[in-house]
Amino acid sequence: MGFYEDVHALGHQMNTGLWGQYTKDDVKRSLCKEQLDKRDLQILLSPAAADCLEEMARKARSLTRSHFGYVMQLFTPMYLADFCINHCTYCSFSSIYDFPRKKLSAAEVRKEAEAIAATGIRHILILTGESRTESPVSYLKECVMILKEYFSSVSIEVNPLSEDEYKELKEAGVDGLTLYQEVYHEETYRKLHVKGPKRIYRNRLDAPERGCRAGFRTVNIGALLGMHDWRQEAFFTAMHARYLQDKYPECEIGLSAPRFRPFLGEYNPEHIVSDRALVQIILAYRLFLPRSGITLSTREPSALRDRLIHLGVTKMSAGVSTEVGGHTQQGGTPQFEISDGRSVREISEMLKAGSLQPVFKDWDMLEAELY
Amino acid sequence: MSDSLVIGGQSLSSRLFIGTGKYSRNSLIPEVVEASGSQVITVALRRVDPDSNDNIISHIPSRMTLLPNTSGARTAEEAVRIARLAKATGLGNWVKIEVINDQKYLLPDNAETIRATEILVAEGFVVLPYMSPDLSAALLMKKAGAAAVMPLGSPIGTNRGLRTRELLRILITEVNLPVIVDAGIGRPSEAAEAMELGAAAVLLNTAIATARNPLLMASAFRDAVAAGRKAYLAGLGPVEETASASSPLTGFLG
Repeated sequence: MGFYEDVHALGHQMNTGLWGQYTKDDVKRSLCKEQLDKRDLQILLSPAAADCLEEMARKARSLTRSHFGYVMQLFTPMYLADFCINHCTYCSFSSIYDFPRKKLSAAEVRKEAEAIAATGIRHILILTGESRTESPVSYLKECVMILKEYFSSVSIEVNPLSEDEYKELKEAGVDGLTLYQEVYHEETYRKLHVKGPKRIYRNRLDAPERGCRAGFRTVNIGALLGMHDWRQEAFFTAMHARYLQDKYPECEIGLSAPRFRPFLGEYNPEHIVSDRALVQIILAYRLFLPRSGITLSTREPSALRDRLIHLGVTKMSAGVSTEVGGHTQQGGTPQFEISDGRSVREISEMLKAGSLQPVFKDWDMLEAELY
Repeated sequence: MSDSLVIGGQSLSSRLFIGTGKYSRNSLIPEVVEASGSQVITVALRRVDPDSNDNIISHIPSRMTLLPNTSGARTAEEAVRIARLAKATGLGNWVKIEVINDQKYLLPDNAETIRATEILVAEGFVVLPYMSPDLSAALLMKKAGAAAVMPLGSPIGTNRGLRTRELLRILITEVNLPVIVDAGIGRPSEAAEAMELGAAAVLLNTAIATARNPLLMASAFRDAVAAGRKAYLAGLGPVEETASASSPLTGFLG
């Protein structure tokens, strides 16, 4: 048993009339409750709730401040390799695109680490495409060994791995896993993932749970918004998070709400997610899971990010390049175009101006042999 | 009259312990220290970065007793490692053990906390375990050599007050150690209530850090803790269910 069975059971309840049946009064009742259930989540994602965003925002902000205070955790992603055997219709790293692929050598990883650490960042998220020959677990481990010298927390965002492989990486010092399902709707998932191991829906869906079992401290999930009906996708993401949090209470389950961004190819998402919709999703996540971290990436434009920081978000990326070696080299191919290109210092200044404290370090690697 | 709280051989005149998390800027910390009159401040080791020019420790006045906490620990082993790392970082030998493996409610794991207490006391730490208010666990922590016990008033960060009041009262009566109410106190009146009950001190962070005016709130808590303590020492008058009749029913007995 895993979340797959839940997706099926919940999917059957997703009829066309579902979202329209809720009223503003339902929203108000949900906002008065302390513990929200599946129905409340649907209510908060429904069209009726779109008219109650201000009330939702007030409660979301208050919950965020009491559980997380006036602080914002910052991190930077580091792209290690862009070799990929998958063909996903929405990604620049897809195997069908012909561009010079790159993979950082140990010396280059060190240079990137130095450049990122010099900005004050202590939490790093490492990313690769899927290639068992170019970026296998052994390569990730070599990189982690170097990165540990510069950072106090290393997380991974790579292709789904087995529980044993996750354990290996945890032993090497990785403490967090980020893995987006991309699309929860299985049929759409199959359409978008044309070729390669990523086509196997269930292998990806169960990966966060394997990460929890392997003992990662944080597991972060999300749907890439724009690929399918956003209400459904947000609903499944939040239900997935709750499933994991209920089953693995020792693990911090976090959520992201990444919106589709332009990339090398020509795919255009069928489902436009407006700013209002994005705000509704983030607020619904916060209200449904009051203690979960919510990550906001540089996919969103600066002006919007500056507003969203007060509505439930607890982690932000800063000083971002989505190219392999993008902090020290020129001429790479970005995985997608970012919208907020501000430096760590600029993001920090923006947070301070909004009376929030940028937090660079919020973990220590606990080397068993040392302590 | 001297009314000091002695913990780990240290005599404290303030019974208000404060935290360092959740502030909008670290530079508020020294101001809150001043306004609260506190002498003990807890800091999560995970936030300490000696290489940073905004290191949280640099904002703490040197007269304060540091109480590093093991926030993030999910097992006794992790708590022990964090405590050792804190000592190696130069944060002294006091430690607030915090072992939480429930991210939904952030309730402490008493069994793991007892194990960590045993290990760290043996290593010479002054150990203050954060705990769910359970008498048998508190007694085991005492037996393990804890310098105090720190039961929660409500789940951390909730500002709900002394929802565990009856259990706190039992701990205060039965555990012959300082009982420091940690977590959940949202209002100065609740801090006063904990002190009136006989708590040795209270520790709080969210209520001050997230107040509109943290400095004014810090001073409000300073007064409330002092008032509650005085009331405890003075001995509260009995509480009656009904008014005392001026012509009692048994008055005819003379």
